[in-house]
Amino acid sequence: MSPEMTAERKPVVTGSPQISSTTTCSGIMLWVVIALAPAAVWACISMGLPAIRMFALAAGSTLITEGAWNAIAKKRQTLTDGSALVTGVLLAMSMPPMTPWWITVAAGFIAIALGKMIFGGLGFNLFNPALVGRAFVLVSWAGVMASAPGRGWFKTLDIAATGGYDAITGATRLAVAAADRAAGGAYGFDLAAQYQPLLWRNLEGSLGEVSAALLILGGMVLLFKGIIDWRIPAGYIGAMGLLSWAFGSDPIFNIIAGGVLLGAFFMATDYVSSPMAKNARLAYGIGCGVLNAVGRFYGSMPEATTFAILFMNGIAPLLDRVFRPRVFGWVKRNG
Amino acid sequence: MAKGAFKGGIHPPDRKAATAGSPVEWMPVPSRLVLPMSQHLGAPCAPIVEVGQHVSRGEVIGSVDAFVSAPVHSPVDGEVTAIAPCLTAAGSRVTAVTIKPDAEQDLGSFLRVEADDPKSAVRAAGVVGMGGATFPTTVKLSPPADTPVNTVILNGCECEPFLTCDHRLMLETPSRVIDGAQKIAELIGASRIVICVEDNKQDAIEALRAAAPGTVEVRALPTRYPQGAEKQLIWAILAKEVPHGKLPAATGALVHNVATAAAIADAIDTGKPLTERIVTVTGAVKRPGNYRVLLGTLISDLIEHAGGTVGEVGRIIAGGPMTGPALASLDVPVAKGTSGIVVLTPQEASPLVEDDQACIRCGRCSEACPMFLQPYAIGNYSARQDWNGAGRFNPLDCIECGCCSFVCPTKRPLVQLIRIAKAAALTKGVKP
Ligand code: SF4
Ligand code: SF4
Repeated sequence: MSPEMTAERKPVVTGSPQISSTTTCSGIMLWVVIALAPAAVWACISMGLPAIRMFALAAGSTLITEGAWNAIAKKRQTLTDGSALVTGVLLAMSMPPMTPWWITVAAGFIAIALGKMIFGGLGFNLFNPALVGRAFVLVSWAGVMASAPGRGWFKTLDIAATGGYDAITGATRLAVAAADRAAGGAYGFDLAAQYQPLLWRNLEGSLGEVSAALLILGGMVLLFKGIIDWRIPAGYIGAMGLLSWAFGSDPIFNIIAGGVLLGAFFMATDYVSSPMAKNARLAYGIGCGVLNAVGRFYGSMPEATTFAILFMNGIAPLLDRVFRPRVFGWVKRNG
Repeated sequence: MAKGAFKGGIHPPDRKAATAGSPVEWMPVPSRLVLPMSQHLGAPCAPIVEVGQHVSRGEVIGSVDAFVSAPVHSPVDGEVTAIAPCLTAAGSRVTAVTIKPDAEQDLGSFLRVEADDPKSAVRAAGVVGMGGATFPTTVKLSPPADTPVNTVILNGCECEPFLTCDHRLMLETPSRVIDGAQKIAELIGASRIVICVEDNKQDAIEALRAAAPGTVEVRALPTRYPQGAEKQLIWAILAKEVPHGKLPAATGALVHNVATAAAIADAIDTGKPLTERIVTVTGAVKRPGNYRVLLGTLISDLIEHAGGTVGEVGRIIAGGPMTGPALASLDVPVAKGTSGIVVLTPQEASPLVEDDQACIRCGRCSEACPMFLQPYAIGNYSARQDWNGAGRFNPLDCIECGCCSFVCPTKRPLVQLIRIAKAAALTKGVKP
């Protein structure tokens, strides 16, 4: 090649660096979906059509909302960054399979529209969009959501005789455990006996509660790929376990039941709504675990994951400020 | 933290295999040489020759009477054909002396520099930092009296991807490098000499160890970019951070590039001025290699000597791809700081993305930053032209290593944004 040819070709002139890593935003989102896949597919197999329908409705709603928003606002189309798909999948996994279809669609719409786009799109939202969508429908249609059953039903438990079970429509193991605790252990609900179903095949509850083991597997994939920082799930799960134990319950049961694992590995680790400084991440994870445990044992809802993480999302920027790292060459942090 | 491991940094693909095994070979004298009067940081030289004048190899053609400067010499016997502005690799225009070399050349001989003492010889030889910083070496050899320097650190890390010129220099002429290190230590009264090489260059480490006397340490450091950055290197050896706003000498250490050390040895031992250097020409070229190139050789001629480019060209870089500028034109000369010419294909070059690709707050840039900065924050404020906001995040501590831009998944041009914030902080006096 002669220099003249280069002049014609107008070489690109850019500032350094001239090379970049192959990691892209859509690549990261794809890995999140891949990590969720084992638990999601197993949920579809175990719960059948309602689960499949749930994924289609939730993801369809988030994707269409984002696409339409960009089109109407005449913004660059952002569907390919993969974040709307992740929001849809996470939302689906946080819902019981028998949730009325219009609630799912509404949750997807709210997640994207009010959870993300109104702030300016991906990167500008303060809260995790999937949790915003879920919180919205939890609050708006509390009665419907509380009675939306899982696919299993707690028929294996012979506690109806004691009068407690009837009161818990569509009861999850978590709800039964709470009722048992409230009744001073009158039902004799054996938490350790729940490990196996919770780990492998649990049809009471939302799609994301089918297999704790597969969620852990997915979490390991994200950790191994360097996509999430161990500090968030470790702080979260550690605090949850420790407090459950301190509150006199079974830590393992409390970690693998309900939304803790989905929350700790996939929801609280959402980049945009979590802190970035390392120590801030640890504090944030611990904060999520503490709030989740307190909400579960002393709140009105046994499932406090959503609000625990949303609250911590809100103070993530503050944590980043408090735990701002010291700059190389500075003795003390400079403000 | 253990010595030898600075915090942060990245592992870019090293791409050195194409030229790591290529012995240095002379590039033949080209048909013309263009010598910018400023190939260093500091005061530019003024030409002291005239058009039509015949000059000899080693003759001074540009000089200036300023402390922070370095004279320019003719690399050949030849005739001055023009004195006019030329474009440099960095994209600026500076006065340059064009020389048409004589048909007969004896590159083995040269006009010796005249100097009374070793430090003057280094200055007269026009030696500057050859790792790319191009800071006049004599200035670095004159640290303030109140900051005694005990340790001379030679930087042979060559942590930039693609480049192998320092590797070949250490492998082929280890004694010149060691000699230079000892000369530096003598000049500044340092007692300890450490030559640092990344552990991906085992053969160079062995060559240096074989040639080094007991008083010279040869340290293998982990291969991680930017291991060769001055502050990170000092941390690796002394576990001391260069305090903000202070010279590296404040830690009692002085860092010189290995090629600079060799040039210092040449200047003091043989009176040889700096008239050529090793340049790694690599990437999408037909004959990648390490060429000994006369300063002033046009990059177009150098690429042609390397067989020309192959396939589609995305970007041509002067220096390494992490810190080097992309060239707007190939009609720019090889200068004292030109360590390499890297031809990237469009696929290898970092993508150019639309400006509105937002930060997704993944934290990768902070994690990679060897200065423990929050590049995303400086970048975000800088993009909004909020200089006070950017100033709160210490843009002036940025060493422009490029790690942050490299790792960013949304490919934000962080280094550019930070450079702008730096300039704003300096001109507007924003306090960090
Ligand atoms: S902010 Fe500066 S020092 Fe930090 S990684 Fe980016 S370029 Fe390097
Ligand atoms: S690497 Fe890029 S996307 Fe991630 S925090 Fe830094 S600027 Fe934002």
